[in-house]
Amino acid sequence: MEVRKTYKLYLNGEFVRSESGRAYRPDGNVNVPRGSRKDLRDAVRAARTAFNGWAARTAMNRGQILYRAAEMLDSRAAQFTDLLGGGAKARREVEQAVETLVWYAGWTDKLPQFAGTVNPVAGPYFNFTLPEPTGVVGIVAPEEPALAGLMKRIAPALCGGNVIVALAPESTPLPALTLAEVFATSDFPPGVVNVLSGQRKELLPWLASHMDVNAIDIAGCTPDEVKAAEAAAADNVKRVIKVASDESSPYLITAFMEMKTVWHPIGV
Amino acid sequence: MAITKKQSAALAKQVFEYAPAPESIDHVKIQPRYGLFIGGKMVEPHSKKHFPTINPATEKKLAEVAEADEIDVDRAVKAAGKAFESWSHLAPSQRSRYLFRISRILQERARELAVVETMDGGKPIKESRDVDIPLSAAHFFYYAGWADKLEWAFPNRKPRPLGVAGQVIPWNFPLLMLAWKIAPALAAGNTVVLKPAETTPLSAMLFADICMQAELPPGVVNIVTGAGKTGSLVVSHPGVKKVAFTGSTEVGKLIQKQLAGSGKKLTLELGGKAANIVFGDAPLDQAVEGIVNGIYFNQGHVCCAGSRLLVQESIAEPLMEKLKRRLSTLRLGDPLDKNTDIGAINSRAQLEKIQGLVESGIQEGAELYQPECQLPEKGFWFPPTLFTNVSQSYRIAREEIFGPVLSVLTFRTPAEAVEKANNTPYGLSAGVWTDKGSRILWMAEHLRAGVVWANTFNRFDPTSPFGGYKESGFGREGGIHGLAPYLDLN
Amino acid sequence: MATALSLTHLGSLMRGVRSVDEVGAEQRAAELAKRSIKKASKLWALDLAIRCMDLTTLEGSDTPGKVTALCAKGIRPKPGDATIPSVAAICVYPARVPDAATHLKGSTVKVASVATAFPSGQSFTSIKVTETEDAVKAGAHEIDMVIDRGAFLSGDYQHVYDEIVAIKEACGNAHLKVILETGELGTYDAVRRASILAMAAGADFIKTSTGKVQPAATLPVSLVMMEAIRDFVRETGRPVGFKAAGGIRTSKQAIAYLVLLYETLGSDWMTPDLFRLGASTLLNDVLMQIEKERTGVYQSPDYFTID
Repeated sequence: MEVRKTYKLYLNGEFVRSESGRAYRPDGNVNVPRGSRKDLRDAVRAARTAFNGWAARTAMNRGQILYRAAEMLDSRAAQFTDLLGGGAKARREVEQAVETLVWYAGWTDKLPQFAGTVNPVAGPYFNFTLPEPTGVVGIVAPEEPALAGLMKRIAPALCGGNVIVALAPESTPLPALTLAEVFATSDFPPGVVNVLSGQRKELLPWLASHMDVNAIDIAGCTPDEVKAAEAAAADNVKRVIKVASDESSPYLITAFMEMKTVWHPIGV
Repeated sequence: MAITKKQSAALAKQVFEYAPAPESIDHVKIQPRYGLFIGGKMVEPHSKKHFPTINPATEKKLAEVAEADEIDVDRAVKAAGKAFESWSHLAPSQRSRYLFRISRILQERARELAVVETMDGGKPIKESRDVDIPLSAAHFFYYAGWADKLEWAFPNRKPRPLGVAGQVIPWNFPLLMLAWKIAPALAAGNTVVLKPAETTPLSAMLFADICMQAELPPGVVNIVTGAGKTGSLVVSHPGVKKVAFTGSTEVGKLIQKQLAGSGKKLTLELGGKAANIVFGDAPLDQAVEGIVNGIYFNQGHVCCAGSRLLVQESIAEPLMEKLKRRLSTLRLGDPLDKNTDIGAINSRAQLEKIQGLVESGIQEGAELYQPECQLPEKGFWFPPTLFTNVSQSYRIAREEIFGPVLSVLTFRTPAEAVEKANNTPYGLSAGVWTDKGSRILWMAEHLRAGVVWANTFNRFDPTSPFGGYKESGFGREGGIHGLAPYLDLN
Repeated sequence: MATALSLTHLGSLMRGVRSVDEVGAEQRAAELAKRSIKKASKLWALDLAIRCMDLTTLEGSDTPGKVTALCAKGIRPKPGDATIPSVAAICVYPARVPDAATHLKGSTVKVASVATAFPSGQSFTSIKVTETEDAVKAGAHEIDMVIDRGAFLSGDYQHVYDEIVAIKEACGNAHLKVILETGELGTYDAVRRASILAMAAGADFIKTSTGKVQPAATLPVSLVMMEAIRDFVRETGRPVGFKAAGGIRTSKQAIAYLVLLYETLGSDWMTPDLFRLGASTLLNDVLMQIEKERTGVYQSPDYFTID
């Protein structure tokens, strides 16, 4: 007789129930926490606290951690394939998610070489431009694919040194919540990745309007949702990513980065 | 029980001076004999000949390695050529994963590799443990990530691999030099035949085992041990499309001559005579650490060693006093002891070379300083040495010594420092010590050196391109610049 | 007895103090922390750590009873084991000095008192002077003062200097340790400046921290202070002691400080006259390590009295 798993939110490195105590049943016999605005508030706070430490890690260290997440995910491929319904299509989706992690793990220590520049200004100054992480990034997972979809949005943001508050797909939250277990066993400091399940119409407005969230990725939302979220995001000039590209690209990383330019005189 | 100040000080000298802290080696297994790594397995050399490799700290034989002859080299190149067909057509993400695997295994077996590297080459365990091995793993990790991203590295190009790369590496950073050669070559889609230095083949033999553990497709990496002759066979083999050599300028020139007209792509990383320049406003204690690190790290067996100290006259006296004091705290001895700063000289031949040049320094009129240093009876050793009263024309100021010997010269102005620093056929690296940012940038602009370290020295990273100007060689290793030599970008 | 250097151009002296490279200093400290000391050497080092310890209690809740117990512990750290030496001093607040003086009478352990509106230093010089005089009268052999960080950080070096000179005078025959509170100074440059200022003003010891602010003692900050001492000694010929305080809880840390000391200032400083560790829980960890070295078995805190 099976010892059934209790699905929980992943917040500040811990698995917790919703502070509201509510749950919902997206499908079948499983209760899933119905995250509240307070859970969201706590997640943003945890992410913000974790940000400086995460951004200060060396690029190589972040790459190693992302690669470790790929190791952890790959070692549980069978479990995730099952969660996604089993079969060849599900297996391919898991492989895709692993590949996404590995691909972006290899960008952390290369991105400044791709996106940064040394600028030959017309004067005796050394001038360089560096990409830096934008900060707390809110991510709305597309409803499908339930695993690979979220991974394609989280990996580039993490790669750049950002911290994440992610909303799991509402109708199929289990892969996302299980993915949190992968993050929890991959040496991520607490608060760097947070995964909340619940109802999008309840949580999205709070995420989009939160003044301490620096960017939101709402590529997984409907056009109406995008319109409302963008308007709410304007109050603290959030960076809004609304176009979903299926292709992995370093431009998806730079979408969550700020460019800093520095000048210094050259002279004895 | 009360203890007098004098007793306390005397006891202190005993405690901190003589306490050995040996690294344990019982988890390490060195085979008595190694073959050649060709086509994915260890094979007997066609020549049936082997030669010993010894521990330069004890002169004891560690193992025997194979001497690859013309037939062996031909086999290796053919194996690499055959493997190239499939390796270059593998999905890039697959190549990436093999390289990630190798990187992770290097991390897993880090201690074993560090111990072997120290025993075979003589460098202190704290260096092989904290610098050589981690950087080697990092190098594979970095290039693993480029293997499936080549189209992003070179705008407007569709990069293609070249074929079989023939690579010859030196004895000063055996595993690290192997990593610098193999990682970018494989990431670019090439296959390799690598010849380690004859005095330090063992970490390469362990690497062969790691390739097997990673289940790298057979023939992608081939390792042929031997001496200069084997190296020459590798670089001249017609099946080799690209040659990479790190070693002395003398041999580098020979290779360049040998390959003239062959159409092979070539990169060379040769010798140096770097100037470490200290200005009057430099943070002095940290500058002393940088100077010491610059020339005594790895016993000075470093191509980019800061072997010439150029100190601004206004600060020379206090700096020299601190430097001499610091030299007296350097610990020379058993490389396997975790407290050792200066290990063994790599070979008798190298020791004789150092002794010869130091003698010439004395003859030419420079003033020698060496702290009191107990040299062990067996093994090859040279104490940390510095020469003052040195002229630019002295051999010790012009020729690469490749030992723990520092020549000290003075200067008055930045322009003079630059002139003296550049006054050499070499151009690998330089160091600048000053509190003033604009001066760092001005000096960096004017120094003719491939690597400029400001307020630091001997810093390496897989993302950071390394290589020389002038007779220090051409081509770069590390970063995107390190990838280009292994690709056809036309 | 130390006397202050005669200084008329304090401002330019302070501004001319050489800078410290943060990355280089931290690297050197990290390198030294890797030094390995084994077996017999470790026992000697642990013994020295006890002999150089200022066993400390600085809580608002300290009572005569607490101080009495601490004094007993300081004199005989391990009951029934006469091979374990006494600590160098007991360090307390001024009000507790009489209790300490009574219970340390006849022993080799000194009475050290904090003073000068410890830990903040935010009070009037007259109060600080009186406090110091009274602590010495009550039996303190050593005074640990704090510098006025407000004055230092706002550039009023003269005030900081004058205060140290005044406290040194109020000490009479007691020796003076000057606490820089490195955790508030912001940069290693400032730490070096404060070190030189304190030594120029007559400090017998310079000390890292009060232990009430994080970060307290660290290896890099201690390295910077020791290098400043080295330079000062070279210039003036007068040796100055070094005390690390705050956050030193394990034997491993204590030994790291001893290595740093040895490598930077040399064997002459390996004595309680020129080196101290301010700590409280450290003592039992050192006792446990000594026992482990002697028996070859890891220990439990249950076997060591808390006071």
